[in-house]
Amino acid sequence: MGIRFILMVNKQGQTRLAQYYEWLTLEERRALEGDIVRKCLARNEQQCSFVEHSNYKIVYRRYASLFFLVGVDNDENELAILEFIHLLVETMDRHFGNVCELDIMFHLEKAHFMLEEMVMNGCIVETSKSNILSPIQLMEKTS
Amino acid sequence: MGSQGGIGQSKEFLDLVKSIGEARSKAEEDRIVLGEIETLKRRLVEPGIPKRKMKEYIIRLVYIEMLGHDASFGYIHAVKMTHDDSLFLKRTGYLAVTLFLNEDHDLIILIVNTIQKDLKSDNFLIVCAALNAVCKLINEETIPAVLPQVVELLGHQKEAVRKKAIMALHRFHQKSPSSVSHLVSNFRKRLCDNDPGVMGATLCPLLDLINRDVSSFKDLVVSFVSILKQVAEHRLPKTYDYHQLPAPFIQIRLLKILALLGSGDKQASEQMYMVVGDIFRKCDSSSNIGNAVLYQCVCCVSSIHPNPKLLESAADVIARFLKSDSHNLKYLGIDALGRLIKLSPEIAEQHQLAVIDCLEDPDDTLKRKTFELLHKMTKSSNVEVIVDRMIDYMISINDNHYKTDIVSRCVELAEQFAPSNQWFIQTMNRVFEHAGDLVNIKVAHNLMHLIAEGFGEDDDTEYTHLRSSAVDSYLRIIGAPKLPSVFLQVICWVLGEYGTADGKYSASYITGKLCDVAEAYSNDETVKAYAVTALMKIYACEMAAGRTVDILPECQTLIEELSASHSTDLQQRAYELQAVIALDAQTVENILPSDASSKEIEIDKNLPFLNDHVERAIEKGAQPYIPESERSGFSSASYLNRQDLYEVPPSHGLRFEAYELPKQPSVPLTTPPVSIGSSNELIPVPEPTYNRGTQAAVSLPSSSNAGPAEVKLRLDGVQKRWGRPTYSSSSASTSAAASQDTVNGVTPPDGATTVTPAISKGRETTYEPTRKTQQAVEISPEKQKLAASLFGGSSKQERKSSLGGGHKTAAKPTGGHAVEAPAKKMAAPVQQPPPPDLLDLGEMTVATTGPLIDPFKQLEGLLDSVELASSTKNHVDVSAAKGPDAMAFYGDSATTVEQGGHHFSSIDDVDNLMSGLSSATTDASSGGGIPTSQLTTQNSKGPNLKDALQKDALVRQMGVNPSSQNPNLFKDLLG
Repeated sequence: MGIRFILMVNKQGQTRLAQYYEWLTLEERRALEGDIVRKCLARNEQQCSFVEHSNYKIVYRRYASLFFLVGVDNDENELAILEFIHLLVETMDRHFGNVCELDIMFHLEKAHFMLEEMVMNGCIVETSKSNILSPIQLMEKTS
Repeated sequence: MGSQGGIGQSKEFLDLVKSIGEARSKAEEDRIVLGEIETLKRRLVEPGIPKRKMKEYIIRLVYIEMLGHDASFGYIHAVKMTHDDSLFLKRTGYLAVTLFLNEDHDLIILIVNTIQKDLKSDNFLIVCAALNAVCKLINEETIPAVLPQVVELLGHQKEAVRKKAIMALHRFHQKSPSSVSHLVSNFRKRLCDNDPGVMGATLCPLLDLINRDVSSFKDLVVSFVSILKQVAEHRLPKTYDYHQLPAPFIQIRLLKILALLGSGDKQASEQMYMVVGDIFRKCDSSSNIGNAVLYQCVCCVSSIHPNPKLLESAADVIARFLKSDSHNLKYLGIDALGRLIKLSPEIAEQHQLAVIDCLEDPDDTLKRKTFELLHKMTKSSNVEVIVDRMIDYMISINDNHYKTDIVSRCVELAEQFAPSNQWFIQTMNRVFEHAGDLVNIKVAHNLMHLIAEGFGEDDDTEYTHLRSSAVDSYLRIIGAPKLPSVFLQVICWVLGEYGTADGKYSASYITGKLCDVAEAYSNDETVKAYAVTALMKIYACEMAAGRTVDILPECQTLIEELSASHSTDLQQRAYELQAVIALDAQTVENILPSDASSKEIEIDKNLPFLNDHVERAIEKGAQPYIPESERSGFSSASYLNRQDLYEVPPSHGLRFEAYELPKQPSVPLTTPPVSIGSSNELIPVPEPTYNRGTQAAVSLPSSSNAGPAEVKLRLDGVQKRWGRPTYSSSSASTSAAASQDTVNGVTPPDGATTVTPAISKGRETTYEPTRKTQQAVEISPEKQKLAASLFGGSSKQERKSSLGGGHKTAAKPTGGHAVEAPAKKMAAPVQQPPPPDLLDLGEMTVATTGPLIDPFKQLEGLLDSVELASSTKNHVDVSAAKGPDAMAFYGDSATTVEQGGHHFSSIDDVDNLMSGLSSATTDASSGGGIPTSQLTTQNSKGPNLKDALQKDALVRQMGVNPSSQNPNLFKDLLG
């Protein structure tokens, strides 16, 4: 499976984007987000960007006020996931230009579209920024 | 664009997003969302909503669900939106549906049709949107509805479609492998796709497939190797580069696949050596992504057939990771070390100080990873230090998931490598005390077994020492609030068996304690059952010794209460207790002989002692017993005592009379025995069945002062392990003093700090104690000692005694203490300084002797037969300790019962031994064995070290951290 979920959470712990690759009920999502956000936000900059949580790991990275949290299976390459987060940010940056929390909030669906291009079935399927963004650009043109 | 919102977004939407963004608390956010739910409920039913407006509503629904509230009232509108002609709206509709619904939702059926239509669309973007939905929404039953179209799309001219189609197929394979088993060849075909994106995506399903079945993909090794080679040589389009590295994510996935294919396959591995070696050389080690690829290379190298050159490269990478200031790299370094250590054990030694730094790091993640590594390199020489550390850490954390994990590791290591039984008992006590509810019940049985069996030798002094020290430690612990049930069971059992054995505690004292336990844990029936049985044993012991039993009023109350209990098990125990007390001393002595828990019981299943009775009954006209085999039609003539006075009724005919009670003449257990005559005929059957005869054979020379000698030995062993001779003498005195104090009930000042030793200390310091290996001056001697004890490195100046290489055989000659229990795993004794080559992992196998014999398993076996035999008895028994009671009435059959040997006589050095034990049998406050107390001192370090650490922390702060990497990225970020 690889990636189980991708979360974007601000430093107050408010969810800004959530994408799950395995089905969880609303209650389960709420509990899980509460747990892991508390866990990750309590850590300082020097500590590892990886946290164990029940039977999987969370790889997280902070950009200004926004945390990106990715839940992955135990056999996943943590450092690669950490760089995947950065790739996602770079991609959003290219699209939005100096991306910020509000960009994601105002264009929630587009942030999701990018993720849909990059990750399917919990696997990273596309890492070329132009390939990720071209469908979205085409769509914007036609509408 | 920026943060002002896109074109066409309504003010209402912008205001909503802003207010959510500005919400300062969860409560405020909830209020906004609840208001929004009300608004949308009203709006969505209005007629004629413009499409753009509807899209906004759908996004607002997504917000509601994302923030944790139910938006099911609007699902149907999202489903409707998937029908829309506009691509943007359609895709938004699909997105919302995939976020809202799981694949078994009722509404899915409404979408399948739309998906089918969209898969046929001329617009490839619509096809892509539909394929995205296929991956999320199609379940096993709906696969056939879309499968043909998906397969067709594998040949679509647009690479984006082919890529998504292959992922849809992957999804079907995940959901139901059989549905696409005939299509596996498509994955192979797409691997050769012209488009690198499709090829890269195809690696995902292939990785899954290979994970399940390596053998059928061996032919692809060549292809994977050549793809990896091309990728590494930068043949892919530049757009796949990430931080100047060619398609690193594809490289990583290929390396994962190669690791699987090369595992245990020399031939396949040889094909990979070259390309992996190339990547080692080419990879940029200054970037995160470069290191991610290198780490994957190390994983690959440790999985495939070993190659010395590659192992060397891997070791270099690990060394660099461990020396790095980045915690992330250290983490990977520790993980990689754990992988490589199987192949080249010697590499751990170079990194011992780095490993210890990681172990003492306040960062939990790093610490856990390091424990994982230590677990892999544990052997009998370092087990004490490692398990001690693990338990300290286990006590300090709250996460039950990880606690369970680490507890099972502790138990596993302790059982496998325990240097002495006493250590094992102490360790188990700590584990039980702090995490008893997370421990498998078998572990408790092993512990009881061990205490009952003693050292497995014939030295009664040692035996008694062990037991009375166990009793002592339990009496100290018993008052602690909220002990785990499993631990209380052990305590009750031990107190019942050995509480009064050494004469130090009076029966009334022990029984009082047991009553306290039963009262304090009145909800726990198992504990109460153990407590009552323990009471019975103590009373029996008193009576047998000719003393008058005076039952404490609270015991009386307890017994009365239990005889009216809802639990039949407790009731029966209470009645049995009362019955036993009413008997005379001689009988009691026979029923419950002292210290016979390990005696062999032989059961003659034919029950010859009943022959007379049976004959008499048959003469009076009773039906003869017909064995089960005959009743079911087979005539086996080989059963005893068949009196052919009556014809056996033909087994095939109908029987109209009532069936006799099955299997054997029933012996009522609960009621006073009518059929077997007077109670004097009751024959004792002691508790679990162990053959002490075998142990007796291993008779060893023992002196009367073996006890204290043994304690000293232990300390010596530890000192030596901890290094310098100069240090060892003082540490001996301090640790001895500490333990003495604890015995007196006074916790010494430094003992108090050992509650969570190392760890709590570590947390106080905000910087992490990382020292460069080359700064040899600053490495504290304590750390070196720890390193020595863990790794057996050169920093240790231990006396290599004659026992150096000592395992079982070598340990024997040392002063009457041979830690050898024939049937026990924990026998592997290393009390003495560890052998020179501590990294020889071959040792592990030495320590794992045959499987543990679970006393209660055997007992259960017995019980089974008893239960079968007595169908009249309502036997609700679950707990193993029940055994003896039930069997006590089955006397005559046990022909080889030895009456309990009392080992109470030689108790000379009990006190001494106890003081040694007490330092580690401990509750939380008295903090563990000798190693921990030394760790405490280790944390108080000189000032120069502190400076170095601060400097180090500073460097770290300036080092890798995401926001500083790209400072301009979020310049205009709000909040």
